[in-house]
Amino acid sequence: MTAVLEAPVTAPGVERAVTRELFVPVAVSPSVVRRAAGRLRWPLGIYTTPAVLAVLWQVASKVGWLSANLAPAPTVILHAGWELYQRGELVPSVETSLGRAGVGLAIGLVIGVNAGIVGGLLRSGEYLFNGVFQILHTIPLLAILPLMIVWFGIGELNKVLLIAFGAAVPMYLNLFAAIRGVDHRLVEMARSAGAGRLRLIRRVLLPGALPGFLVGLRFSLGYSVLGLVAAELVNADQGIGFLINRAQTYQQTDQVFFGLMIYAVLGLTADQIVRVLERVLLAWRPSYEAS
Amino acid sequence: MTTTRNDARTTVEVDQVVRRFGDRTVIDGLDLTISGSEFVVLLGPSGCGKSTLLRLLAGLDRPDGGTVEVPTQRAIVFQGDRLLPWQKVWRNVTIGLDRAGAKERALDVLAEVGLADRANAWPKTLSGGEAQRVALARALVTEPDLVLLDEPFSALDAITRLHMHDLVQRLHQRHGAAMLLVTHDVAEAIALADRILVMNDGRIASSYDVGLSAEDRRSSQAREDLRGDLLADLGLAGRH
Repeated sequence: MTAVLEAPVTAPGVERAVTRELFVPVAVSPSVVRRAAGRLRWPLGIYTTPAVLAVLWQVASKVGWLSANLAPAPTVILHAGWELYQRGELVPSVETSLGRAGVGLAIGLVIGVNAGIVGGLLRSGEYLFNGVFQILHTIPLLAILPLMIVWFGIGELNKVLLIAFGAAVPMYLNLFAAIRGVDHRLVEMARSAGAGRLRLIRRVLLPGALPGFLVGLRFSLGYSVLGLVAAELVNADQGIGFLINRAQTYQQTDQVFFGLMIYAVLGLTADQIVRVLERVLLAWRPSYEAS
Repeated sequence: MTTTRNDARTTVEVDQVVRRFGDRTVIDGLDLTISGSEFVVLLGPSGCGKSTLLRLLAGLDRPDGGTVEVPTQRAIVFQGDRLLPWQKVWRNVTIGLDRAGAKERALDVLAEVGLADRANAWPKTLSGGEAQRVALARALVTEPDLVLLDEPFSALDAITRLHMHDLVQRLHQRHGAAMLLVTHDVAEAIALADRILVMNDGRIASSYDVGLSAEDRRSSQAREDLRGDLLADLGLAGRH
């Protein structure tokens, strides 16, 4: 087989225009100026944008573009929080809410992690749990709140269970998928190298499912805060949600905003915890670092 | 060096083995015997059933007909390194080793493949050649009677591959395990084998005993003749 050679793309004698790139070493420790410039661009990291928005908000309130009844200035909101603290209402409320979230989250994670591991490792576990969790997954968290109240009353139990429900479902789904998604070539390697079932689980399947577990944890924490808010806003005689409800009744918008702020801080803290866990537990993983 | 083939103990016995995928017969009545600590290279074009045969010997798949008899203590070196990215190098080596002193044993074998100083490294920091050497160490750490190598060096560059050939030969002499290496590289086959089997259409088409010295394996008339024969068997006559 002889290929027909086409004429060269560039006629002989004609010089091709070549654009070129030059690569030089990246400074290992950037100069003080450069580091300061980086700080200047994003002085608070990912919280730079929220901080800028807060400043704009403050200015808009002072100038009078925003009505104090609809959206009080950030300083006013913080002051409302300070007042709540001085009246001795803030700390017990936060403690109550954190307690609910903590207990609910713990119950939800224990159920989600155990069911996820059993479902991921065993075919019979899959049949046992998967259908239930898939169905529960399609029911919005907020939609079961009325049922929870009918079943468990308006006490602590319904709140804790709602949070547990919110945490368990995403943990199960992600952990199940992560265990089933572990590279089968690694499983085959471990088996052929003579690793027993226990060792296969401990060294291959569970660590391999760790990235998926952390995704599940992120969702679980997020949904548990959501469940907390939903449960507390509908009925509570203490906690952050109770503060918000009471403030709404008396038209104290600044306290409403302060309550929302605490919820936001809870959500952000949860996210930071997962970030730290990822950095520690996934040190082995080569990952993309954006510039 | 052909001294490792002196004992008559049978290591592998494959009798009339058949393997089908759907209505396609990939291995069709194949016989194979490996004795003692022989180094056998299985050569063949891609898709001829080499890897399928290796998987049967490894016990990863079951035959559709015939029998396969292999030692209980056996290990595989796969085409890719298949290291667990979440375990340090030495933990990867001990995956199949469940006894006291496993770490010391792993460090010894890592030293044998020249990687003692990388024992605590993450796999993501290894080069391709280093990763494949860890895979070799993982295979040898349990002192298997049979080592199966499935095109283990095909993803490596030519120079690294030559170093790996020397290493595998040293390890073979030292550990005395029978080795079966699957490849489509004629030069690799000549460099390593006591016996070369050419596979075609699901059977062993021809067999060559390589009685050459290390010197003659690199360059000699006998080497060129053998190479010519092998290429002809592979349907590549007149390409040398």
